[in-house]
Amino acid sequence: MKNAYESLLGGKQGAIGLLVLAVLILVVFPLALDSFRLSMVGKYLTYAFVAVGLVLCWGYGGILSLGQGIFFGLGGYCMAMFLKLEASDPESTKIQSTPGIPDFMDWNQITELPMMWQPFHSFSFTLLAVLAVPTLLALVIGIAMFKRRVGDVYFSIVTQAIAAILTILIIGQQGLTGGVNGITDLRTLNGWDIRDDSSKLILYFVNAALLIGCVLLGRFVLTSKLGRLLMAMRDKEERVRFSGYDVASFKIFVFCLAAAFSAIGGAMFALQVGFMSPSFVGIVPSIEMVIFAAVGGRMSLLGAVYGTLLVSFGKTYFSESFPELWLYLMGGLFIVVVMYFPNGLAGLWESHGRKWLSRFALGNKVFGQSVVKARVMSPVKVATPQPSRELETTP
Amino acid sequence: MDVSLSEFGAIAIMQGFNGLSVFCVLLLMALGLAIIFGQMGVINMAHGEFLTVGAYTTYVISSLTLQYFPAMQPYYFFFAIIAAFVIAGALGWLVESLMISKLYHRPLDTLLATWGLSLVMQQAFRSIFGAREVGAEMPAWIMGSWAPSEAIDIPRNGLFVMGLTLLCTVTIFLMLYRSRWGLQVRATMQNRVMSRAVGINTKKVDRMTFALGCGVAGVAGAAFTTIGSTGPTAGSLYIVDTFLTVVFGGAASLVGTIASAFSIAQAQSLMEFFLSGSMAKVLTLSAVILILMVRPQGLFSSKVRK
Amino acid sequence: MNSPAGFQAAKPVLSIEGLSVSFDGFKAVDNLNLYVDRNEVHVVIGPNGAGKTTLLDLICGKTKATAGSIDFDGRELSKMREYDIVRAGVGRKFQNPSIYENLTVFENLEMSYPKGRKVFGALFFKRSAEVIARVEEVAAEIFLSELLDMQADLLSHGQKQWLEIGMLLMQDPALLMLDEPVAGMSVSERVQTAELLNRISQGRSVLVIEHDMEFVKSIAHRVTVLHQGTVLAEGSMEAVQSNPKVIEVYLGH
Repeated sequence: MKNAYESLLGGKQGAIGLLVLAVLILVVFPLALDSFRLSMVGKYLTYAFVAVGLVLCWGYGGILSLGQGIFFGLGGYCMAMFLKLEASDPESTKIQSTPGIPDFMDWNQITELPMMWQPFHSFSFTLLAVLAVPTLLALVIGIAMFKRRVGDVYFSIVTQAIAAILTILIIGQQGLTGGVNGITDLRTLNGWDIRDDSSKLILYFVNAALLIGCVLLGRFVLTSKLGRLLMAMRDKEERVRFSGYDVASFKIFVFCLAAAFSAIGGAMFALQVGFMSPSFVGIVPSIEMVIFAAVGGRMSLLGAVYGTLLVSFGKTYFSESFPELWLYLMGGLFIVVVMYFPNGLAGLWESHGRKWLSRFALGNKVFGQSVVKARVMSPVKVATPQPSRELETTP
Repeated sequence: MDVSLSEFGAIAIMQGFNGLSVFCVLLLMALGLAIIFGQMGVINMAHGEFLTVGAYTTYVISSLTLQYFPAMQPYYFFFAIIAAFVIAGALGWLVESLMISKLYHRPLDTLLATWGLSLVMQQAFRSIFGAREVGAEMPAWIMGSWAPSEAIDIPRNGLFVMGLTLLCTVTIFLMLYRSRWGLQVRATMQNRVMSRAVGINTKKVDRMTFALGCGVAGVAGAAFTTIGSTGPTAGSLYIVDTFLTVVFGGAASLVGTIASAFSIAQAQSLMEFFLSGSMAKVLTLSAVILILMVRPQGLFSSKVRK
Repeated sequence: MNSPAGFQAAKPVLSIEGLSVSFDGFKAVDNLNLYVDRNEVHVVIGPNGAGKTTLLDLICGKTKATAGSIDFDGRELSKMREYDIVRAGVGRKFQNPSIYENLTVFENLEMSYPKGRKVFGALFFKRSAEVIARVEEVAAEIFLSELLDMQADLLSHGQKQWLEIGMLLMQDPALLMLDEPVAGMSVSERVQTAELLNRISQGRSVLVIEHDMEFVKSIAHRVTVLHQGTVLAEGSMEAVQSNPKVIEVYLGH
């Protein structure tokens, strides 16, 4: 019991951090935001799955994938295919020359549902495919790259190239994928209308809960021996290899895990936003997701969520109000964060925020209680030695 | 298909020549990148934007000559090439000293920071030149074509670009392998500490190398204007191909870079004739990735003792 | 000159025969024969570029041989993967201390504990009392008992060398290979290390590369001199030191 508390919640500090996030996305946002804004947050939170995955494979594993959009997209497409088939029942598509197939297929003179689409009539198959298709692709890429010891930088470039290839393929195969417009006009999930406000609220909560689940799973991985191995590999790969570990298998594992997280995000995106298109697959969205993780802090699972929310809000705000400025800002953000704040917001919080919080609390007598807390909290890091040996250390 | 053998031969030659033009731009881009990535180990995602800088420079000079010295119009292109080299190189110098030099031990971070730089540069192009594509007015002698036989028709701009590429390649080769500077670059890349100990100013070497790589990308931009029109994202379209070219050739090998640029461009251009352009690209990129899995160190790298 | 090896009762734990490797035509190791006996501390010396480190690279699988065989306890190492070689009982220390600087001494040692080496094993690895006992035992052996909770990058250079040796001891290897274990150590640390090596060679074989002749004298049971990738001489330290060929190689012409 104590073990689970330590490894999942990361002890007292980790538990508080997680609680704050949970309250924010499960209570504060739903209460404070109107349904339009809330569904926007819901959309951003689907990107956070990717960012959380990137913390695992980039921050800890040192594997910078510039193709996470591939997995987000594949997860999304799998879900979208199911929803599209449901929206294309013969009744509502009777004006088409071939009723019962998705509208874009009809426009492309396709007269029969392609083989690839057949199994997506089944919801359980779809749920399986959402996870399995992207994870298997990651497995294949991972085995091919890491077993052959393709270096870090080469790996980044290759994943980017794969993202480019997949985008071209999706756009090129219009009849099969809906081309550049993607799969649009998704309506119901097993007969349940996903477009009205109440169902959107439910989907928002499902999404938020899944995200917290992924963060917990991420914590479990990072606090296990595997988490320490990842860090060790990042710094001294040879030493790990010559200590009897098959380095490639660990990299493959963490890359697949990150892919699976991204895929869940993609599927939730399709459900909440009601479409999926190649603009979430290619090079640009993939690298944007890296900046989410970088801004939040590449070594912090929670930071990645905050980073995603902040950058996405910024993007929406600036590209609505000052479209000219957005790319300057985004580019500048990349440069400044990477050069001067490699640990992102989480790093700033560790070095400044905590202190600021305790000083703030000191100034206000009302918060006398939290002073004590802050004081107890800060030495935890220094005084871990003896007890920590009994337990796993927390990153 | 109903084509006779001789017609087919002519098509193959023209398609092959088409591939050569692509090859030239790709090679010029890749040469710059090979110097920066292969010799310095720096990932410059903004490399494509230096091509765009060169292309816009050519465009500006072409407009200026047309307006103020119409008589010089036939010759402006030579100035444009030099200006493209100098401006892109100077910009590279600046970028190296402000950004890259602070990130030498963090290759993945360099990649991200230069990506940010590329976004900023693209938006700057958009703000200055507008989102619409522009084309430089070409001198008359560069247009038109050369027809050695009735069925074969080879555009003259392609020949010009080929000449330019050849000149650049030879110059870079001589600089890297026959000059004192080249020796310093290669020494620095092999053993930075030792080079510093024997009195090489390694910081200056880094800066020069990066600037040279960017300058060559600028020349690629000038060459690019003869075969296409320039938009803010013109260069970024090439960046993935270029990186694959360099990686495929074996990062530190110039001969490898040339060979891989040639095979990628030719494969793509020949396949384009049979398949759609996008499928040709998909197949080429996939093939490169597959080959990279078999030879992760690239085609032309030698086995070294570590 | 052939080694003055006498009658060998037991089969050597490591037999290298006809081993060669070339890099672009340059033969770093050329038709080399070398045997390491059980419970033996075998030191390899030789001028720079003699192929000493390459030899260790070949044994532990970092470099693949062009020809020849490396037999370890009846298993052919030259065809095995690096991690399988380690699991078979070969541990190797690198020339520069190679430890995990961001982890504590305890975690460094724990990392080499031979359980939880597969993905899911590592995921569900538990720090049991057994593990803690083993880590403490090894730490005592490498003089780091007091520093278990210190972050490894705060250790002195010599202590880092010991820590890496300790990480190897965690694996309890039958063959321990050390590449310049006392480089950068103070005199007293060297004495301690010699003592350490003599202690840990009980029940296992140790193959050491070293330049420091005083240190070699204090630990070696047998010395092999490498020159240009082949064995120049082999035998006791005294025999090797008085060998005219060896003197020529070391002192030049």
